[in-house]
Amino acid sequence: MAPKNPPTAADTSLVPGGGGVSTEAPENSPPRKPRNGGNRKFSRKVMLSINLASVAAGIIGWWLVSAIGIQGLPGPVEVIERGGELMANGTLAEDSGASLARVLTGFALGTLLAIPVGFLMGWYTVARGIIEPYVQFFRTIPPLAIIPLAIVTMGIGEVPKVFVIFLAAFLSCVISTFQGVVGVENTLINAARVLGAKSFTVFIRVVVPASSPFILVGMRIGLGAAWATVVAAELIAAPNGLGFRMQQAQLYYDLPTIFVSLIAIGILGLIMDRLLLMIEARLTRWQERR
Amino acid sequence: MTTETKNAMIRFENLHQEFTLSGSKFTALDGVNLSIADGEFVTVVGPSGCGKSTMLNAAAGLLDPTSGRVVVDELEVDGPSPRTGVIFQQYALFPWLTVRKNVEFGLKLKKMPAGERRAIADHYLDLVGLTRFAEALPKELSGGMKQRCAIARAYAVNPEILLMDEPFGALDALTRVHMQEQLLETWTKERRTVMFVTHDVDESVFLASRVIAMAARPGRIYQEIMIDLPYPRTESMRLSDEFARLRARVWEAVYHQPDAKGADE
Ligand SMILES: Nc1ncnc2c1ncn2[C@@H]1O[C@H](COP(=O)(O)OP(=O)(O)OP(=O)(O)O)[C@@H](O)[C@H]1O
Ligand SMILES: [Mg+2]
Repeated sequence: MAPKNPPTAADTSLVPGGGGVSTEAPENSPPRKPRNGGNRKFSRKVMLSINLASVAAGIIGWWLVSAIGIQGLPGPVEVIERGGELMANGTLAEDSGASLARVLTGFALGTLLAIPVGFLMGWYTVARGIIEPYVQFFRTIPPLAIIPLAIVTMGIGEVPKVFVIFLAAFLSCVISTFQGVVGVENTLINAARVLGAKSFTVFIRVVVPASSPFILVGMRIGLGAAWATVVAAELIAAPNGLGFRMQQAQLYYDLPTIFVSLIAIGILGLIMDRLLLMIEARLTRWQERR
Repeated sequence: MTTETKNAMIRFENLHQEFTLSGSKFTALDGVNLSIADGEFVTVVGPSGCGKSTMLNAAAGLLDPTSGRVVVDELEVDGPSPRTGVIFQQYALFPWLTVRKNVEFGLKLKKMPAGERRAIADHYLDLVGLTRFAEALPKELSGGMKQRCAIARAYAVNPEILLMDEPFGALDALTRVHMQEQLLETWTKERRTVMFVTHDVDESVFLASRVIAMAARPGRIYQEIMIDLPYPRTESMRLSDEFARLRARVWEAVYHQPDAKGADE
């Protein structure tokens, strides 16, 4: 009954080794049974070439559509040119830097608080009773909906934006840390106790490692939520950032700049996700994968 | 019915254990009285759900008895103690630690220096035949190997009492016999007090000097059968008439209980 494999993240592609174009093919366990039909039998190289071919086809399709002359749609060449310009004059770097700084600050604060709070909720029933209603309630409010309130109460500086990102990261991470702690198998705790572990030792040596896969998945979801939130927050009020750039471009009907920003958002998000995925794969190598 | 032993190591005194199952009370153990002598090897058999694991957990100090108590070496059990080693029905290995680190876990808690720890771990890994897998993770082991690792981990802290909950249940017949012989060999050398839960009638007779047959609903001791075969037990003993006779008695006690319904859940 206790969930052995993490996590119950809604998005199964976030679950380690579960679907998606996961690069985390099991390294040390030979593929004994073919899992999803014959798909798994493709080598990494073949898979990568299929991926690349698909992306290339997409770009060609885009180019074709824009060449036919759909109203205002910029073609790949135009977008690449604009990307070059924005890179050359430093705008792209500045905007990306500003957005990243907000995300990383909010994300770091959010997870830093979420992990101890999640542990507290999982370990002490009273703490759970006190904290859970708030977490469950705020979880149902999209972080973006907090922005008006944050701007009114905290002004238009960096604080409201970082706060909203903090909230997004905190809420996703706290739930999964909590689930991780609750899901720690009782037999493991008992096994440590009969070997002489007192409750603090049980916590450090059993509960923390046993729930780490959940925490890491929570962090990945949190980072995704933070990244989605920052861009939207910048659309509303910011002096710089990728969201701000798009907002400006929208005023001047500057579609190439919007495209460049969107692509930058996608690439940066992907890089951050893959980084966390790599860390996760390394730290949870011990896990039994289904 | 209960054999009164002078130097009882483990004594169950009128132990009652109730659980609340979806609101209603459920009696898992209904007044268990049992004494296990210092250095004795006792096996406990009975239908599924009769409270064998519950009894063992109570002796391990992992339960809070509803009434009655368990006394170990004249001291009431009120929590786990490293004097008592437990091998759980589920292997309960720490999946993030290698086999060796699992075995060293208890020693590390005792703050034993690394060199000494390693020597002890190596000794017990050798005993259970896992030397080659010392650096493997539990997920890389078969069920039987996991169980052997759990046994090494329990042995390593050198407990005076071993509580074993169906430790060989996951092993194939061949490994099982081998592990039984090895367990007895170690026991003859180091004479720990052993309480060994099993489903297997053969196993219960081969290992023990006394078999405790339990009945379910409510969980209680139904019969005790003395196994007066001498130690060391040998393969030829397994095939002897005497063994067959004892085996039949235990079988009778387990499978032909007056109101036994067996495992109907
Ligand atoms: N923590 C618990 N909460 C509620 N009921 C429990 C708990 N532990 C055991 N029980 C109940 O007590 C009864 C005895 O359980 P126990 O695990 O001791 O049986 P067992 O003899 O070891 O069975 P098996 O041979 O299947 O392992 C069962 O009916 C079980 O449902
Ligand atoms: Mg049991």
